[in-house]
Amino acid sequence: MIDLLLDTAPRWALLHAPALLIMVPLFLAPLLAILPSGRLSWLISIAATVFSLFCALILVGQVQASPVGVVGYDVGNWPMPIGITLRVDALNSMILLLVAAIGVLSTIFSWPTVKAEIPERKHPLFYSAFLVCFAGLSGVAITGDAFNLFVFLEISSISTYVLVALGAGRDRRALPAAFNYLIMGTLGASFYIIGVGFLYSATGTLNIAQIAEMLPSLAGNRSVEAGFAFIIVGLGLKAAVWPLHQWLPNAYAYSPSFVTMFLSATATKVALYALIRFLFTVFRPEFAFEQATFTYLLMPLGLAAMITCSFQAVFQTDVRRTLAYSSVAQVGYMILGVSIGTVAGVSAGLFHLLNHAMIKGALFMAVAGVVLTFQGTTIRDFAGLGRTAPWTMTGFAIAGLSLIGVPLTAGFQSKLQLGYALFDQGMWWGVVFVVFSSFLAVIYMGRILEAIFFRPPINPRKSRKEAPILLLVPLWILALANIYFGITTELPLGLARDAAAAAFGLEAF
Amino acid sequence: MNSELLIWAALCLPLLIAIGIAVTGAFSNVREGVTLVGATVLFGVVIALAMKVAGGEVPELYVGQAAPGLDFAFKLEPLGALFALVASGLWIVNSFYSIGYMRGNRERNQTRFYICFAIAIFGAMGVAMSANLFTLFVFYEVLTLSTYPLVAHKGDAAAKRGGRIYLLTLLGTSIGLFLMAVMWTWALAGQNLDFVQGGLLAGRNLDPAVASALLILFAFGIGKAALMPFHFWLPNAMVAPTPVSALLHAVAVVKAGVFTVMKVSIYIFGEDLLNATPGREFVLWVACFTIIVASLVAMTKDNLKARLAYSTIAQLSYITLGAMLATQAGFMGGALQIAAHAVGKMTLFMCAGAIYVATGLTNISDMKGLGRKMPIVFIAFFIATLSIIGIPPMAGAWAKYELMQGAIDRGTGFVPYVLIGSSLLNIAYLLPIPILALMPTPGTPEPKPFKRPDGAPFFTVAAPVVTAGLCVVLFFLVGPLADFLSPAFEAPSSPAFAGGQP
Repeated sequence: MIDLLLDTAPRWALLHAPALLIMVPLFLAPLLAILPSGRLSWLISIAATVFSLFCALILVGQVQASPVGVVGYDVGNWPMPIGITLRVDALNSMILLLVAAIGVLSTIFSWPTVKAEIPERKHPLFYSAFLVCFAGLSGVAITGDAFNLFVFLEISSISTYVLVALGAGRDRRALPAAFNYLIMGTLGASFYIIGVGFLYSATGTLNIAQIAEMLPSLAGNRSVEAGFAFIIVGLGLKAAVWPLHQWLPNAYAYSPSFVTMFLSATATKVALYALIRFLFTVFRPEFAFEQATFTYLLMPLGLAAMITCSFQAVFQTDVRRTLAYSSVAQVGYMILGVSIGTVAGVSAGLFHLLNHAMIKGALFMAVAGVVLTFQGTTIRDFAGLGRTAPWTMTGFAIAGLSLIGVPLTAGFQSKLQLGYALFDQGMWWGVVFVVFSSFLAVIYMGRILEAIFFRPPINPRKSRKEAPILLLVPLWILALANIYFGITTELPLGLARDAAAAAFGLEAF
Repeated sequence: MNSELLIWAALCLPLLIAIGIAVTGAFSNVREGVTLVGATVLFGVVIALAMKVAGGEVPELYVGQAAPGLDFAFKLEPLGALFALVASGLWIVNSFYSIGYMRGNRERNQTRFYICFAIAIFGAMGVAMSANLFTLFVFYEVLTLSTYPLVAHKGDAAAKRGGRIYLLTLLGTSIGLFLMAVMWTWALAGQNLDFVQGGLLAGRNLDPAVASALLILFAFGIGKAALMPFHFWLPNAMVAPTPVSALLHAVAVVKAGVFTVMKVSIYIFGEDLLNATPGREFVLWVACFTIIVASLVAMTKDNLKARLAYSTIAQLSYITLGAMLATQAGFMGGALQIAAHAVGKMTLFMCAGAIYVATGLTNISDMKGLGRKMPIVFIAFFIATLSIIGIPPMAGAWAKYELMQGAIDRGTGFVPYVLIGSSLLNIAYLLPIPILALMPTPGTPEPKPFKRPDGAPFFTVAAPVVTAGLCVVLFFLVGPLADFLSPAFEAPSSPAFAGGQP
């Protein structure tokens, strides 16, 4: 299919796909801001994300076709140390594909929820902010320049603060949540830029590939090590690595449904990508201090996230908060996979990253449907919905089972891969943690599922029916994807393995 | 017909039946027709497969790859064929019985009930035919999830509690221990999970400590085998309607558990490695402990289904015990016990259900003298009791004989005493039920009139009579059965079976 796309796509698209992928949404955003109609801005947003998906598919194809596995692009035709380069390899083409695909599905699904939750005059501005955020996230994933990465990170973050704060129309607690996120996010970005500064002082370049090339000769350099520490903490904050996740539960629980869904499936994933990029491509696992980071920092943090946040999820009464804590726990799985430090481990982490995006995307879409029709997000509000909204809730249940890791779902496959990667290194105790955390997932998802399917409805308004079709279709696409990729993992696992191999290969980058 | 097609059919038929039931749900007679015809066809398919296996063929089917090293593949060997035969054959009997029971009791949500039942059979077929641990694990979980709605069928507080315990225990052990064991096996065997004649892990120079830990993970992780202390889901699952208890908790679910234990023992560990594994001794002790303690607990239960549940726990451990003896005779005894216990315990459960439908009685102490009003049911109960105890000419006798033989071959002195003690306990807690019902002590008051005016529906009486008959038939058919099974254990059948007669 991708070959067909490469054959039929126009030449300008093939040549400039990396740039167009970010530029089209970025330049459409200000246009949306001055549009009078919300519906029109929604349609344009769909067009923009679909176009980005088209570019992402082209890039995936080009990377696979390329002999070195890299597609490079010099912005403005300025070559490397002076200009900004965009560089796509198997690792970030996978992330770009994920962001764009989730972007398309979430934009399609957004209209009914935005109409219900955002004041009408703000619709164009809302979509404008969304496109900026989308472009920023894609930019982080595509750029080959460490400073440019910071710029895109800030673009996406600042627009995210706006998007989260717009939830105030439904729940005023969105404002403190957005402010909290603003402070934490800015701290993270500052740490990152300080770290890049240290690296710049040591290497004299901002290009990621060049930094990576020069670092081996700078082994033991203090400013490199300090830069490393700052970057890990900064990106860790953005990726909600435990214990730097405090901003996440509130931001997810109170922002508009659409924003929650989009962010949960993409934002932390992109930050995690940047972290992997720095951990494996820029700094190499051969560095002694990095091995220590894996063993004594990232792995304990990943394990701690898996356990503590799953426990916190068990005790939440609000479904969105439960899912938000679960997200932090799932980031723990990915961190655990990455911290094994082998190709199998990184590929398991990335594989779970893809699967988790599908899982959480579907879950938050179903929750959005409930918010839309029944205006409630506590577990009590979900009681008996299995009868009144069977389609929405079956989609929710499929994704929920996948989150637990029931066989024949994507979540099961990612746990298998993670378990194998751990056993491969003799870390059987890591598997014990994975298993225990899965068991907690059985409990916190089980509580919700039981309310949905086995308790009688409490709220008399529950005679109203399903979520609108615009919401159901993307929900079911994701839910069926969870089953499909639970049976055959060829596509996502292939992407994740190539990506992990690319992360390790300096030559390829 | 070629064997690939037959395996496809055996897998797809239950699903097609489930769909058929869903479509025809509004017309209950058509719906029941779909179940019965489908079950019969499925049994025919399984018989055709078993014939091929008996002819020395190994039906195989490769469906596809889930991920590198993880295949969906099916392969039928004699043990799996036996399990598939038992599950699909008894499904027919059970379907007749379910129809009588569910209608007699006017249960709600019958369509959901039959759909889940068909999916559970799908899970059992998959478990029986799987060619590697990954496929087996997937179907093992299908079986768990599809039976949860059946356990919680009534939907009241007790049913939900029972269902929750059922689900949490089975999912908890399977994800917590079994899955871990599977992944560990994968790592130890060089990214391979196939069932291999002689043992996948054999000849890999495993550290005895590692092998022991792995074996213990498997033994407890396969929660469906109900080894203590993971047995408590079974008595709790007795809140389910009786047909569920009969088929799923005497045949499909628990047998899938012990079948998995045998598969792991024979095809993952293999006889030699199992012998070299010190953990085997520990699991053997746990099985013996379970047999005795569960029997003792059974004596304290007055609720008939609860007593049968504890009896099931004890009888299941016979099979684990047989596997852990790691001798030809032990494996054979375990395999025979799968079939013998299935027909015997199913009869007992169906009798319990027939009594409940007719009279509403659940306590053993209220059943004295009831045999006068329901003679056929209690005679069937009596025959099945004898089979469970292990008295010839009932099927259970052979299983116990082979287990004894295996224990003596192994030289473990205490096992024969455990088996004898268990038989005595069986006599103590099971035999009084039919005897007191058929021949009450003088002065026992006449039983109350039936709650349901016409007594037990025809099907609920006919079905246990059929399975009680099977208890006797299996005793005489044991020769061919042993010949059929012995290739699975890689040795000629023991001379005792030469004529099929004692």
